[in-house]
Amino acid sequence: MEEKQPHIVVEDLTMAYGDFVIQQDLNFCINRGDIFIIMGGSGCGKSTLLRILVGLKAPSRGRVFFDAIDFWGASEMEREDLMHRMGILYQSGALWSSMTLAENVALPLREYTRLNDAQIREVVALKLALVGLAGFEDYYPSEISGGMRKRAGLARAMALDPEILYFDEPSAGLDPISAKRLDDLILEIRDSMGATIVVVTHELASIFAIGNNAVFLDTASKTMIASGDPRQMASSSPDEGVQRFLTRGDTFTV
Amino acid sequence: MRDPAGSASCHVDHKADGLAEIRFEGDWRIHADLPSFADLVRRIESLRPAAGITFDSRELKAWDSGFLTFLRKLMVHCQSKQIAVQVEGLPEGARRLLQLATAVPERQGARREARRTGWLARLGGSTIAYIAATKDMLAFLGEVVTALGRLVTGRARFPYRDFGVLVQDCGARALPIVSLISVLVGLILAFVGAVQLQMFGAQIYVANLVGLGMAREMGAMMAAVIMAGRTGAAFAAQLGTMQVNEEIDALATLGISPIEFLVLPRMLALVLMMPLLCLYANLMGIAGGFIVGVGMLDLPFKQYLVQTQNAVALNHFMVGLVKSAIFGVIVALAGCLRGMQSGRSATAVGGAATSAVVTGIIYIVVADAIITVICDILGV
Repeated sequence: MEEKQPHIVVEDLTMAYGDFVIQQDLNFCINRGDIFIIMGGSGCGKSTLLRILVGLKAPSRGRVFFDAIDFWGASEMEREDLMHRMGILYQSGALWSSMTLAENVALPLREYTRLNDAQIREVVALKLALVGLAGFEDYYPSEISGGMRKRAGLARAMALDPEILYFDEPSAGLDPISAKRLDDLILEIRDSMGATIVVVTHELASIFAIGNNAVFLDTASKTMIASGDPRQMASSSPDEGVQRFLTRGDTFTV
Repeated sequence: MRDPAGSASCHVDHKADGLAEIRFEGDWRIHADLPSFADLVRRIESLRPAAGITFDSRELKAWDSGFLTFLRKLMVHCQSKQIAVQVEGLPEGARRLLQLATAVPERQGARREARRTGWLARLGGSTIAYIAATKDMLAFLGEVVTALGRLVTGRARFPYRDFGVLVQDCGARALPIVSLISVLVGLILAFVGAVQLQMFGAQIYVANLVGLGMAREMGAMMAAVIMAGRTGAAFAAQLGTMQVNEEIDALATLGISPIEFLVLPRMLALVLMMPLLCLYANLMGIAGGFIVGVGMLDLPFKQYLVQTQNAVALNHFMVGLVKSAIFGVIVALAGCLRGMQSGRSATAVGGAATSAVVTGIIYIVVADAIITVICDILGV
């Protein structure tokens, strides 16, 4: 195994809405090429953490580093540059409903590259083919199924060849087979593009299938109570809450 | 910042046994200047590689989608010319991605052909669509009337708490904008009249003009137009968003009629509040005329008041009030109908709101014309 390079470092992070603290004292490191899982029960602040990592919400305290650049301490210009190096798949795809799939994928290319229309068409066709949607260029998001919408969202997230891909609940609302296929796709993209992948999820099957590093956020203590490889977490975490979460409560029999 | 793009190049070398080797060098990322695909094709054709093509990417520094789209074009070209391609020399990631891109074959019949239709077909299509839309509108009207029947006989599920909020929103909250517009309309009527009437020394008849104009026409009309823009659009957007979130389906599956639960309270709130708003608009409009009459034409305060009282009898107000109640029904129906018909996307909700306002205003003007003609025939 080659040596691990830290890609995203979170230091002493506290997130809050006004005075209401959601999570505090978060410290973890995501390595280049990791598939990093952010997990925890409903309402523990997983999605808020994601919003901070992608630049939608500022943390109340603490810092986030991308390649040693302080994300929230940087100027707005620098932050935007960093944001172009990330791709995000939102929970239900978040495709722009007034545009076709091709136009959805083309928009970031049109805005941030100097490609001409023909080149953009080729890249769009490639991205849609990668997610298994070849030929669906002219469909509107409302005309395709939820799983296809998610894959189209992934094509859009990959439009600018991001170094970091974020997934918010990728398997939510998908049948087990589609969810498995999406997991395989995530693995394939990590392996072939070398991207770092951050996934917010509480699907156990996905956590064990794709994750090689993780952080567990706890609602009651408002901080992280475990981190590392999810398989090790399940077998040897000293915390009962983590054990119960990762085994669906099966160890907790009365 | 990303590193500045380097230069990319590719060379075709003739190898033994009829093989051609394509050598990729430099930075093949999407923001670099990539070599021309047509040149490469020309060089391949000049070599006529009978045994196929191999790749050498040892000098390839960096690559991304730019490289992949180039390779994909090459693959398609080679397939059409039946040239064998050995992909072993490509970077592993690129090989896997190319494989992934062909893993799911294009579904037959998924791609859409642009179809051209003649004007006759389009005319026919829009006529059929228009007939269908009219049927929908009548069906909706019928449902509302039967729901109203159930409400009157006490068999409808009516959300009394929501109704209070709706009444407040259609009534008290609309007062500021109605005040502003009505005073201005009163002022405008008085100005236009004053210029003409002054020529005959008949300034005092400004009071008649403003009083009658507001009471019979403008009070009801302006209140209705304001409410179409303000409340009709809001109804359409609310119901449309509920449609997007499947809230309307949730009501229907519980056995609660969306018409009774959502449309009736909105319609009743607007029908109850509209005459009150109209009355208020009349008052404000007459006050606007009064400002011009007393302030600009120097008519005595008392005289203007008496002239207005004599000119505008109660039946004139009644005409305005009846109109405004009918306009209320129109605005509420247009808003709710478009909201219920809305599709499940952001664009569709926007379209529903626009269409609610347009439909509302068109039918208000048409209804106003019809009522005016009827009043003329009846001599009211």
